[in-house]
Amino acid sequence: METTDIPALPRGVRLHHDKVRDAWVLLAPERAVTLDPVGHAILTEVDGARSFGEITRALAERYNAPIEQIVNDSAGFLDALRDRRFLDVTA
Amino acid sequence: MKPPPPIAMLAELTHRCPLSCPYCSNPVELSRQDAELDTDTWARVFREAADLGVLQLHLSGGEPASRRDLVDLVAAAREAGLYTNLITSGIGLTEKRLAELDAAGLDHVQLSLQGTNPEMADEIGGYNGGFKRKMQVAGWIGKIGFPLTLNAVLHRRNLHQLPRALEMAQEMGARRIEVATVQFHGWALKNRDALMPTREQAKEATRIVTEARRRLKGTLVIDYVPADYHEDYPKRCMGGWGTSGLNVIPDGTVLPCHAAQSIPHLTFDRVQETSLSDIWYAGAAFNAYRGTEWMAEPCKSCDRKTIDFGGCRCQAMAIVGDASATDPVCIKSPHHGALQAQADAHASQDDAVLIYRTMPGKAAEPAQ
Ligand code: SF4
Ligand code: SF4
Repeated sequence: METTDIPALPRGVRLHHDKVRDAWVLLAPERAVTLDPVGHAILTEVDGARSFGEITRALAERYNAPIEQIVNDSAGFLDALRDRRFLDVTA
Repeated sequence: MKPPPPIAMLAELTHRCPLSCPYCSNPVELSRQDAELDTDTWARVFREAADLGVLQLHLSGGEPASRRDLVDLVAAAREAGLYTNLITSGIGLTEKRLAELDAAGLDHVQLSLQGTNPEMADEIGGYNGGFKRKMQVAGWIGKIGFPLTLNAVLHRRNLHQLPRALEMAQEMGARRIEVATVQFHGWALKNRDALMPTREQAKEATRIVTEARRRLKGTLVIDYVPADYHEDYPKRCMGGWGTSGLNVIPDGTVLPCHAAQSIPHLTFDRVQETSLSDIWYAGAAFNAYRGTEWMAEPCKSCDRKTIDFGGCRCQAMAIVGDASATDPVCIKSPHHGALQAQADAHASQDDAVLIYRTMPGKAAEPAQ
């Protein structure tokens, strides 16, 4: 994932609060992925408009964490979603 | 220990279908139209499912488009908060109806593929013009922008079409393809002579899928169900019996899996009389093979028992005559050798004819 890449949740992939299990899940075709707080925080910043660089800067500020660590965690997480076609990325 | 809530529900809205695929997973005893649940009852069942913890709803059949109230059912499912997937052959969907399904909030479409050209597809589906119509429907799906999974069902007659099926999925803009080798339940059990892949075909399919997964990473996700009888370890029984999913059939009976009625000593509850929650947590059929307590040797002391849960109960029933036996596909089963020989024998029946699925009251099947 490059700084200028713009991630977006494609149609058919959405965040959902699971009341029964009290957890956030990512619903996608034939899959439901349980999100940990970090994954949920990253995805709430993904809006299809802002770039990966902007998203990670916002997260670093919000959680007062070193930017390199945020970039690492987020890139790994988002790349894995992209490989499963749960995330679209435009350059 | 209380079992976890279910994640997925398969709603078999109807057993009616214009096609008559010889591998249909519906039971040989199909439900009649007059026994089907009505719109309001399905809507209630969807709400009960969401309250119970179901996230994913698969609207299936038969052909779900044969239900005139399909759009209302999708709207009711979305209102209940469910992720809604339509499993269809495409027959019965028009451009207008798809637009209505879009407006009702349908999340995803899974389109079945009986073959990659009209000759194959129409012969397997037993429906003339079906392939042409399906391609038209695929075009409308793409135009609306529904996320699409292509579900290619493969067997001895069409396994050579796998490479083309992978291309077609990409041409249609599908994000996923399910490469599903026929599993022998329901009608497929009658068609083992006609459909059983050869050992070589099964190997070749695995090779093609492995190569395609590498090549198409990030473009097309491939879910693969390998040929069953030729493997050394059985398929995992979902996430374990009564652990991740449940199945409601057209007349309201609730099953732990689509083939569960093939186990004669099980009794099932219906949504008309019992709540989905009571059925899931307390139903006799759901508790029959939950966990690992019911297992005998060799599963009992096997370190894979929480990986595959002893394989398929319905397959153990169908082949060994005992639903609590080790799945005979397993190399540790005393029946493994016999099953492999049986698979090779089925696979060599070159002139076996297809026995099509028939609705109750329709013409009898040809003699076996
Ligand atoms: S018993 Fe067999 S058919 Fe039923 S869910 Fe388990 S694996 Fe599938
Ligand atoms: S013995 Fe039972 S648990 Fe072990 S691999 Fe075979 S089917 Fe699975």
